[in-house]
Amino acid sequence: MIWDLHCHLNGIPGRTPDEKMARLIEVADRMQIERLVLFMGAPFLIAPTPEQFREQNDQVLQAISHWHHRAFGFVYLNPEYEQESLQELDRCVKDGPMTGIKLWVAKRCDIASVDAIVRRAIELKAIIYQHTWLKTTGNLEGESTPADLHALASRHPEASIICGHTGGNWELGIRTIRDLPHVSVDLGGGDPTAGLVEMAVRELGASRVLYGSDVAGRSFASQLGKVTAAEITPEEKQMILGQNLRRLMSPILQAKGVRL
Amino acid sequence: MIIDVNVSLSRWPNRRLPLDETPKLAAALKQNGVSQAWAGTFDGLLHNDLAAANKWLVDQCRSVDEKLLLPIGAINLSLPAWEEDVRRCYELHGMKGVRLLPGYHDYTLEDPRFRQLLSLLAEKHMLLQIAVRQEDPRTQHRLLMTKDVDLKPLLTLLSDFPNLPVILLNAVSSSAVELHGQLAAAGKVYFDIATLEGLAGLERQVQSLPSERLLFGSHSPFFAFDSAKLKLQESELPAPRREQITHLNAVKILSDL
Repeated sequence: MIWDLHCHLNGIPGRTPDEKMARLIEVADRMQIERLVLFMGAPFLIAPTPEQFREQNDQVLQAISHWHHRAFGFVYLNPEYEQESLQELDRCVKDGPMTGIKLWVAKRCDIASVDAIVRRAIELKAIIYQHTWLKTTGNLEGESTPADLHALASRHPEASIICGHTGGNWELGIRTIRDLPHVSVDLGGGDPTAGLVEMAVRELGASRVLYGSDVAGRSFASQLGKVTAAEITPEEKQMILGQNLRRLMSPILQAKGVRL
Repeated sequence: MIIDVNVSLSRWPNRRLPLDETPKLAAALKQNGVSQAWAGTFDGLLHNDLAAANKWLVDQCRSVDEKLLLPIGAINLSLPAWEEDVRRCYELHGMKGVRLLPGYHDYTLEDPRFRQLLSLLAEKHMLLQIAVRQEDPRTQHRLLMTKDVDLKPLLTLLSDFPNLPVILLNAVSSSAVELHGQLAAAGKVYFDIATLEGLAGLERQVQSLPSERLLFGSHSPFFAFDSAKLKLQESELPAPRREQITHLNAVKILSDL
């Protein structure tokens, strides 16, 4: 069972979200990927206005509309607009089919408006995916580091939070969030560097490690290869490739009456 | 059958890798259907005594599996008497080619020594590998930061060396598609797939580069080997094209030397 935590419509050939989605599913089938989580539309917008993030979320809603048996959506928000983000969270998650939240690089996550979003996510049982990178070459102004995420997550032990890209510089990211058991790591979106999965499993336990691809910026192949080639047990691979994400999503799926 | 043109032995400078012992790497390559791997050495990144590093490389290849591991010597054009390292690679070790790591050796391809190297290799009928990057700059150690190699100077040199195979390792990305096409048209320039990304990336790649110029390369053991292998599964290619990439192009490069 493979569930991919981290997929985008951007970069996939197709004139419409439906066309892009059809192509995404076609290639996912070749890799035996059963379920996909999508967030953000095309093109990527670093700091979307409320109107823009609504439009981006509409693309995802349209893309998954014919594929509810294969795909989930996370709502893309910009914490610079707290009230509008909370309204959008309700529109897409409380009143819509989405199951999580995507926060990217508009604002670093250690600010008060993110706390408001996280509190609402907890009420809705929604997963929070926060992009994180600690770049040797320097971060974007609004780009969160694993330390920013640690500060946020420390204030919300009831939240289900995912440290995007394992912090990019993963040896540092893993160390940073290690003491927070409600924080998992997303393996996707970086080079398929050998040793990443082994360290994550050793330091966090396999139950906190999630396969994600960051397709179409990345390939399914390069990101799956991190897991399939890792020197861990077959059981741990199964957890990482799908079982963990299914477990994390179970509360909100049950609340929505979704049967798997 | 797979010929992997992008493998390295020895230790990565700032991390142990799961397959950084040669016997273990060789076993993993064989288990994955690799019949031959063109192996450089990570020692080439920072060692100054490359004669010793290249001798070690040859000894490792011979002691573990000389049919599997084809040694590709490291050359640093910034070192005094680098030509002697080329001579030893060719005459003492019988190597088929050499690998440059310019990002770690502080020169550009505009350097006159680079042209001299091309002349030497053409004369000896050896192949050249250029590692355009070894690691994403965003994840590099702060004290070991290097930039990707600028390939533009190569474009003007290729016409003088029409028969020299130049293999660009870890070069493929979405940001230099036009230049890569120009390079492939200007000479016998090849690209490995280790850093190829994107949905069904090989299907897209063969639209911008002819499949005759693509080679299977894993960048193992720094990258997980499966990453490259699964790219063959993610893209649907006609069998002849797929075989060109997995091994036929590499076989032809060696047979034409």
